[in-house]
Amino acid sequence: MTQLALVIDLNVCVGCHACVTSCKEWNTSGWAGPMTDQRPYGRDPSGTFFNRVQMFEVGTFPFTETVHFPKSCLHCEDPPCVPVCPTGASYKRPDNGVVLVDYDKCIGCKYCSWACPYGAREIDEKLRVMKKCTLCIDRITDTSLPPAERKPACVLACPTSARLFGDVHDPYSEVSIAIRENGGYQLMPEWGTNPANHYLPRRKTRMQIHEDELVRADNPLKKEAPLPAAQGETLDDVAW
Amino acid sequence: MHPAFSVIFLTTLIGAGQGLFLALYTGQVYSLANLLPPQDGTAFYAAGSLVAVLLLALGLVASFFHLGHPERGWRAASQWRTSWLSREVILLPAFMGLVLLYAAVHHLGLTTPWLVIKDRIPVDASLVLGLLGAIASFLLYFVTAMIYASLRFLEEWHHWLTVANYTLLGLASGFTLAAAFSAWQGIDLVAFYGTWGVVFTLAAAATRLGSLYRNARIVHKSTPRTAIGIRHTEVRQRAQGFMGGSFNTREFFHGRRPATLRTVRLVFPFLTFVFPVLLLGAAYLLASPYLPLAAFAVQYAGLLGERWYFFAEARHPQNLYYQSVA
Repeated sequence: MTQLALVIDLNVCVGCHACVTSCKEWNTSGWAGPMTDQRPYGRDPSGTFFNRVQMFEVGTFPFTETVHFPKSCLHCEDPPCVPVCPTGASYKRPDNGVVLVDYDKCIGCKYCSWACPYGAREIDEKLRVMKKCTLCIDRITDTSLPPAERKPACVLACPTSARLFGDVHDPYSEVSIAIRENGGYQLMPEWGTNPANHYLPRRKTRMQIHEDELVRADNPLKKEAPLPAAQGETLDDVAW
Repeated sequence: MHPAFSVIFLTTLIGAGQGLFLALYTGQVYSLANLLPPQDGTAFYAAGSLVAVLLLALGLVASFFHLGHPERGWRAASQWRTSWLSREVILLPAFMGLVLLYAAVHHLGLTTPWLVIKDRIPVDASLVLGLLGAIASFLLYFVTAMIYASLRFLEEWHHWLTVANYTLLGLASGFTLAAAFSAWQGIDLVAFYGTWGVVFTLAAAATRLGSLYRNARIVHKSTPRTAIGIRHTEVRQRAQGFMGGSFNTREFFHGRRPATLRTVRLVFPFLTFVFPVLLLGAAYLLASPYLPLAAFAVQYAGLLGERWYFFAEARHPQNLYYQSVA
């Protein structure tokens, strides 16, 4: 069975909010739209968003790290928000595992948002129905698009490729390999919701430059001193 | 959680309505066993049931203010297999129908016994309808409480004490209301209902204070660490991703000062438990027709505070993601 999901690399995300704005841009005019705003230019602006980029600080100053943390619906494999819905408006698509809301059935009782530990659901104050990330269901299932564009808007917008999209049930998909080989993890595993979206952890990236590398021709900065005369040309210095 | 007044009124009003119906039916069963004098069908059972239906209907009306699309409310009856909310949506009107039938049977005097058990106990329509209503009433307490108790990550609610509180608080207010109703109608059942009102109020005080004690010491499973999955002892949010408000910052925070919360927690046990018991005791001594009414009014005001605090004290794990604007 297919379970589409996002894998977000926290080591790569720079917190630019491009995924937030591209999500709003695509979805407000798409199947899930409009995503209404209240007082967008007023004192207390508010609005419907499917995706947020938050910022956390880890450690004690001066030994702190900044973690940019994009948060959207995690499309849980065992979603607690779906069985609590009294009308059946909230459902999980059996063919690709995307959790969606039928806006024509939703009565706006907000009970599903209480049942989501991640705060992934937001009510649309004007349309008075519950909205959430659709994983751009109208893009990823649109066979008239070229295959490379059948991806969520946030994935296409990410300038650092921090967001991967694919089937986490296919062991050889890009996302499954990333989860397996780069320590992908789920949020709040204590609730047994089994989120399909995974996050890749922060890791220290260090480059070690040995002194002899600075004097070799493969030094990309070309900052080496003149070659020691005694050594003469080596194989590395030959232009092929 | 943000305490929504629609839900506060819904749960307290139907709790009292269910309790009042159970009190009336208890009176009928006691009179069947010759422990209490039989009462007039219209003035007592029918009128009392109508008061219960009125409370239930007011609660139902209040619940519609919670919905974004009340006109689609009928759809909420469809998912009874999985959703406690859906089960409540079915059970509440069914219970109201049973109470109305019970009132009609008593008012029209359709109490000719269908059969007589051992020449002693006449089984008539009111007894059977009342039994069905009593079962529905207890089920409704359970279902209403399970809407909250079933949410496993709202750890303040996810406990059998929630079910006990909803049931006992409903019974306490219902039997106190029955005492007030009897006193108002001049029926000699004030002492009987008042005693049960006191018993249920004291039992509810035990479970509710128990849940207050438990919730004050609760250690939540979710932390900022598990929320973002960074294994470090110090994880603080610096920005939630937007400067204005959002549904997430409104729906899951009570939006009051901690001092307001402490005041409500201090006041509601007196209004809900202490004063009604004192007033019912005084009513027993003075035989006043007004004091039981005052006891119910004070207890209902206390229940509004109790329910407000029930919502306000529950800390939703999603709040871990909304700790700092910027």
